[in-house]
Amino acid sequence: MTAQTSRITMTRRGRGVGSRIVGSFLYAFGLPFLLLVVWAVAATRSTNRFFPDPLTIFRAFVDTWIGPAFVEDVLPSLYRLGLGILASIVVGVAAGTVIGLVRWLRELLEPLLEFFRAIPPPVLIPVVMLLIGITDTMKVVVIVSGAIWPILLNTIEGVRATDSVMTETANSFRLTWWERLRFLVLPAASPRIMAGVRQGLSVALILMVISEMFASSSGLGYRIAYFQRNYLIAEMWSGVLLLGLVGVFLAVAFGLVERRVLRWYHGLREVSRA
Amino acid sequence: MGVNLRPPSTRGLRAARKALLGVVGLAAFLAVWQLIPTLGLINSQYLPYVTDVAARLSEESRDLAFWRRLGSTLTAWGIGLAVATLAAVVLGTIIGMVPFLRRATHTMVEFLRPIPSVALIPLAVLMFGIQRQAALVIIIYASFWQVFVQVIYGVADIDAVARDTARSFGLTRRERLSHLVMPTALPYVMTGLRLAAAVALILAITAEMVIGNPGLGRMIELSRSAGDAVGLYAFVVVTGLLGLLVNIVFRFIERRSLSWHQSVRGEEVL
Repeated sequence: MTAQTSRITMTRRGRGVGSRIVGSFLYAFGLPFLLLVVWAVAATRSTNRFFPDPLTIFRAFVDTWIGPAFVEDVLPSLYRLGLGILASIVVGVAAGTVIGLVRWLRELLEPLLEFFRAIPPPVLIPVVMLLIGITDTMKVVVIVSGAIWPILLNTIEGVRATDSVMTETANSFRLTWWERLRFLVLPAASPRIMAGVRQGLSVALILMVISEMFASSSGLGYRIAYFQRNYLIAEMWSGVLLLGLVGVFLAVAFGLVERRVLRWYHGLREVSRA
Repeated sequence: MGVNLRPPSTRGLRAARKALLGVVGLAAFLAVWQLIPTLGLINSQYLPYVTDVAARLSEESRDLAFWRRLGSTLTAWGIGLAVATLAAVVLGTIIGMVPFLRRATHTMVEFLRPIPSVALIPLAVLMFGIQRQAALVIIIYASFWQVFVQVIYGVADIDAVARDTARSFGLTRRERLSHLVMPTALPYVMTGLRLAAAVALILAITAEMVIGNPGLGRMIELSRSAGDAVGLYAFVVVTGLLGLLVNIVFRFIERRSLSWHQSVRGEEVL
């Protein structure tokens, strides 16, 4: 870019800061707001009681979730979700690193892992219920049994694909196995690991909800199913909204962690692209 | 690397070794499964013998009702996947090509996409009862986003030089779509389709388990509530095999339809 063009862009930027902020605000919230208005108008006109207007849902949201229900239903759910995700990451990355590094082990387990990954995770709920019984542990185990596969398989792939020149360099520098793990294998695999964790997160959230719908007397999934069975429509919608918020929160939190963990990687890609 | 210097016979040997180890791993898994209830580590009421499960599988495979349930699951899966893919490709192409729409819908997409589709199960049940439509709502919602996001990425990936070239040659909108946008976005669409196929199967079976419309998922739930552990494990194995089949078929389709593309051609060279 020449000096002239860059000066032009700078003046343009200087002139329109205020209007640009207003513009991006409109872009970000214009359509959602418009849709909410359309929904509200449609809800007051129609007689379909399954779609209450947004204001009713918002009121139900405040009444239902802000208060004791937050401690009784939301926190236990989030606790089980967090525990399940953490366990999946720890076990998945540890096992994946070992399997990825040991060739015969990988070849031994490959068909089995392919099969286990292909099992739709929710069908494991009845199996785990049968083996462990209906407890809190069961719900965490269910979450782990579904969320671990993308993490495990991506870690194996990532570890296996470590650059061979770097491996040989590590050999000639006689890195100890710990140094090698810490500075070569895990960083090299981290983009794949993070991709696996991203998939695992959404599976974990799904399993949290379904395991509670199936066998529970508390938790978000249980509450939503309860509201539906009792035709508490606005409350049910507020539960869907809350699950959506949990999903968005998970995605944002993951984005922040990923950007931190993979800062070097994104930087590298940008340099190689330029 | 040393691999390329080895004579081909060693490579064949290595493939054979890999296949052999895979079979050994599978056999060991089945043996361990058989041993656990035999030794009484877990009661066979909770973890039935492999032999019993295998016997039940062969029994079911001769039963027409089983195939009808399988067909029921696959029908919901197929319809859901087709509708979601079509909608996602059309909407994704339009939204991806118009910068105004892309910016305006960004927040909506970022909020709607992470909503776990199973959260919509109660709503779907209210709207459609325990019919296939209720399952389709969930399946379509879940698999739509997989393809949609990939299409948006794909359309955004169009090479700037190619786009400017197309413009200076005065290509019409239709020509641009078929010669520029489609080839660029196709690999992304295929990836999205493969992911969506797996997700749609998961949701098809989940919906049957939770909603209770006929299919494999309902059989799993019925076996569970009847305390039929053998049947439960047999149906879980069937869903696993089905998932495996879907993965293999769609990976194959992805390869075949993109044999001209760098990402696939490149794998042979590396």
